[in-house]
Amino acid sequence: MERNLAHVAMFAALIAALGLVPAITLGFGVPISAQTLGVMLAGAVLGWKRGVAACLLFILLVALGLPLLAGGRGGLGVFMAPTTGFLLGWIPAAAVTGLFVEKSGIRHAGLAAGLGAVLGGVLVLYVFGIAGMAIALKKSLAEATLLSAAFIPGDLLKAVVTGLLVQVLAQVRPQSIAWQRRDGAS
Amino acid sequence: MISLSSPIRTRAHRWPAGAKLAALCLASTALFAVDALWFQLAALGLALALYALPGLVFLRSGLGALRIVLPFVGLVLVWHALSGSPAEGVFLALRMATAVALANLVTMTTSLEDLTDVLRALGRPLQRLGLPMHLLETAIPLVIRFTPVLIQKAGALVEAWRARSARRPGPQLVLPLALLALDDADHVAEALRARGGPL
Repeated sequence: MERNLAHVAMFAALIAALGLVPAITLGFGVPISAQTLGVMLAGAVLGWKRGVAACLLFILLVALGLPLLAGGRGGLGVFMAPTTGFLLGWIPAAAVTGLFVEKSGIRHAGLAAGLGAVLGGVLVLYVFGIAGMAIALKKSLAEATLLSAAFIPGDLLKAVVTGLLVQVLAQVRPQSIAWQRRDGAS
Repeated sequence: MISLSSPIRTRAHRWPAGAKLAALCLASTALFAVDALWFQLAALGLALALYALPGLVFLRSGLGALRIVLPFVGLVLVWHALSGSPAEGVFLALRMATAVALANLVTMTTSLEDLTDVLRALGRPLQRLGLPMHLLETAIPLVIRFTPVLIQKAGALVEAWRARSARRPGPQLVLPLALLALDDADHVAEALRARGGPL
């Protein structure tokens, strides 16, 4: 139990630390932050239950007023902004990523994590993010999709990085990937 | 690590946090329910007046925190100006700015301790339902302590990279950082168990 608690807290802190990584600007001028990489990793490494717990804990601390989001943002205001869906969407994103790696039956850890991150960390996250933006800006879903489409390539890139990282983690530290330990594959 | 709560003491710092949060819920609901431009204008005016009351320094840091909505304010204004409904754009921009401003106002005038107390009170019924809310009392300080430690370790990794490579540090540093984090988490887990488990 202590181990679960420490891992959940550590991944919440990892998401916060990744928020300090300066945003990389893609070729066409769209900045991407590393913070959702932490969300994908939380789901893909910890599995769905502890991954969700890490995201919940992080979002709770942001709501309590800690400046943990990229750019030192935080407080209750970020829950009223047009981007709120992209923040609250972290919870289902980590859940779907974790569920996919646990249930898909793909033996290759990196492939399972990469596909899970595309499904949870990109697809599910954007469903929530776009819905939130459509409500806040009073736009149709298609218009809101158009407004966020520029960020999708960056997030797909992060999903690839998640897959590569989990692949190496499974090789050098197999015991750290809880969902792999059970069936003994690597 | 510091909270976004304002160091300038205002009268609102002494009000109960639960009441401020309830008022914020009511105000936000009203913002989204009332479909009149004059109401949104008055609400933003009131919010700005509340920001101005504690003085210029408070006002300035409050307006600084509002910069997260600026791109979206610009976006809806331009969008609706082009699509021929500028009044609608002004309405949406006002509502967005006011909603964020009021929520930030609660954060700025409430200490971390007061908010954690509200959280504890809200958690009690959930605890009875069997959710392990008591673990939060250990988890929250752990995250607050882990974050600067991880940032410091990430900084050391970046420096080590810069000492050895002419290229810029990139995503390859996330792997050693994740390994350091996993090791630290295991050590802390053992230390917690040795001390009799979480609170």
